[in-house]
Amino acid sequence: MNERDRAGLAATAHAAPGQAPRGAAASGHADTGLAVEATGLAKSYKDVRVLDGVDLRVPAGTVFALLGPNGAGKTTTVRILATLVRADGGQARVAGFDVAQDRSKVRRRISLTGQFAALDEVQTGTENLRMMGRLSGLSRTQARERAHELLGQFELTKAAGRRVATYSGGMRRRLDIAASLVARPSVIFLDEPSTGLDPQSRLAMWRVIEGLAASGVTIFLTTQYLEEAERLADRIAVLDAGTIIAEGTAAELKRKVAAQRLDITGASRAAYEQLISYFGTRIVHQDDGSLTVGVPTEGDAAEVRALLDAADPGRDLIADFRLHSVTLDDVFLTLTGHAK
Amino acid sequence: MSDALIMAGRSLRLSARSPEALLTALMLPVMLMVVFVYLFGGAVNIGTAYVDYVAPGVLLLCAVTGAATTAVTVCQDMAGGIIDRFRSLDVSGTAVLAGHVTASLLRNFVSTLLVIAVAFGLGFRPHSSITAFAAALGLLLLFVAAASWFAAAFGLLVRAPEAANSAMFFLMFFCYASSAFVPVRTMPTWLRGFASHQPATPITETIRGLLLGHSRPLPLGSALAWCLGIGVVSMGIAAVLFRRRTA
Repeated sequence: MNERDRAGLAATAHAAPGQAPRGAAASGHADTGLAVEATGLAKSYKDVRVLDGVDLRVPAGTVFALLGPNGAGKTTTVRILATLVRADGGQARVAGFDVAQDRSKVRRRISLTGQFAALDEVQTGTENLRMMGRLSGLSRTQARERAHELLGQFELTKAAGRRVATYSGGMRRRLDIAASLVARPSVIFLDEPSTGLDPQSRLAMWRVIEGLAASGVTIFLTTQYLEEAERLADRIAVLDAGTIIAEGTAAELKRKVAAQRLDITGASRAAYEQLISYFGTRIVHQDDGSLTVGVPTEGDAAEVRALLDAADPGRDLIADFRLHSVTLDDVFLTLTGHAK
Repeated sequence: MSDALIMAGRSLRLSARSPEALLTALMLPVMLMVVFVYLFGGAVNIGTAYVDYVAPGVLLLCAVTGAATTAVTVCQDMAGGIIDRFRSLDVSGTAVLAGHVTASLLRNFVSTLLVIAVAFGLGFRPHSSITAFAAALGLLLLFVAAASWFAAAFGLLVRAPEAANSAMFFLMFFCYASSAFVPVRTMPTWLRGFASHQPATPITETIRGLLLGHSRPLPLGSALAWCLGIGVVSMGIAAVLFRRRTA
């Protein structure tokens, strides 16, 4: 969602728009206000360089998406940041502490929810959450109350007494996230949160994440779904083959390629040929069957009008035109040079 | 410390909820006792009632079978995602493993009592004081603890729970090639050497001596040394293996 919507939601969660969200001081480094700061992360498994110099900066209280195809190194990055894996090179600070030197301190302030539910199938939902609560240092009563609270928040109260093995995929994911929230972390890592979910569960998951974001925690998610990154994240970094190839807001990334594409259809084959020779190297798309050429444009009315007039002063070459908004798919294609 | 207790509680709950595993853990030892006494009772000439001779050996075998389950449960944990969750909650690997071992101890305590009861039913009559009986039980549990840590380390070594089950057969071999079921002197020379110098023999001899009220000196020192040695070394190896697999 965009900045305005997030600020609006945050306002209803007792934080004034424009102000640093509640919890930012706790989650971010005192000087930099960054919840996650990584420089030159490198990791190899056997002979494969999975990460080859990854830099990341995530301001506290924001939602950050690491976007990339399968095998890009997203899970490795998240596991290094969550202190579960040691990087071969580079540094990272999460929630204000170094992931290599102060692992315990980092772990106490973060949580990681991976693709595969980290729950005991044989225990019930309540038992799982109570156990996590006790392990986080809560007393028996506190753990019981916290479990009850989270089960209600994630609409799992009815299934709370059933074993996790009986839960659906969506319910398991929700319980998994609930489990990671027991200790009230200030930075939440979500590794591919909606992979494998049906469209309805995916929508429900997005609402859950948006709700979490509104409460002021920092969310770092990885995804291979461009739509997900666009919808949820304030900033996106594109990871491919172990390096960050682009970073910015969804709008900024789209602008890197070209804001829009103007597809012009010729009135006849001769007109089509003339348009091709006029636009020359500017053409980014060509279709002989429909006699259409596509050229990049910012998309505003003045530029489009000028473009059409310049190409066709006699008003007899162009039969039709269409304006396409560039999607992140196009961005991905351009930046990585291959389909995701 | 409290983490280890919470982990033990968890492992116990997991054990109680796998009915097949629990049934096997309780019924298999009982069946073994019955089979060995009736199968070999008539054929083996010991001088005393065979049930009296073999009961300690079967107790050891049951302990081994029960401890080997630890290898499977540890392997299952590693194969799933729950270990990541525990690590991110800053629970140490030792606490997780100690939880499994503690549950194993409690499971085996129950099955041991059950097997002793069955042995009584088959004619086993210990000639020991209360202290000797308690000492025998204590040594048996110490052995269970050591074997459980060994099994835990084994469970960290293999990748599939089915392979972890093979830990059972490896440990059982030690029981068979010892004085648990037949006197060592009746074995062929090549086996005798192995049997006299492996841990199961002094442990069985000590338990047997305590239970039957033997007057001659028992290899208690050797038995204790073996148990503690195996336990401590296994604990160390398990810690190293856990760290290596979760790097």
